[in-house]
Amino acid sequence: MTEKISLILFSGSMDKLMAGSIIASGAVANGMDVDIFTTFWSLMQFKKSGAPKPTLSAEAGNMADMVMKTMKEKKVPSWLDTLKQISEIGNVNVYGCAMFADLMGIKKEDLDPIVKDVIGVSQFVDMAKDSKMTLFL
Amino acid sequence: MAEIKPTKVIDARGSFCPGPLMEMIKAYKQGKIGDVISVYSSDSGTKKDAPEWIKKSGNELIGVFDRNGYFEIMMRKTK
Repeated sequence: MTEKISLILFSGSMDKLMAGSIIASGAVANGMDVDIFTTFWSLMQFKKSGAPKPTLSAEAGNMADMVMKTMKEKKVPSWLDTLKQISEIGNVNVYGCAMFADLMGIKKEDLDPIVKDVIGVSQFVDMAKDSKMTLFL
Repeated sequence: MAEIKPTKVIDARGSFCPGPLMEMIKAYKQGKIGDVISVYSSDSGTKKDAPEWIKKSGNELIGVFDRNGYFEIMMRKTK
């Protein structure tokens, strides 16, 4: 059976989403499947419209503006583009959290098409239990 | 050594880790056995990661060449 990594994306901070997409890339490079469960603030960032403006984690502090500017200048691909790129190479599945989606009235159609389905936590945990690694970001 | 001519050249200069590696893997998956893939990169992570990936995946690392201001990783798809 193919090895798998499971990521639970909670934070909507752009740096954490980038970390998640880069770790997912590393997994794909190692021939692993990737399952992603997006909830709370990360789910908001998968919205096709009305997503909050992406910002860095609070710990970026007064470096935030400089880092954002540098990333723009150096044309660093967005975390979402990275996820899309690796989903063409490997088996990457993104699932939205049904609880938060229901709470906020978000439908599957409101989310980027990379989100395959909106599922409950129990189903995701069942899928994740055979993973080699599970990370919460 | 006779100059090896790549089947596909990926210019990933200016792209950051893991971008060049992912582009190389994509080209590898789309390619045929015997294809020679060259990646140009200026990213230091790729210089370590890409040769590692090539060896681990059972393909042939032709070489890592220092060019002027960037480097070229050349592989042959053998499986």
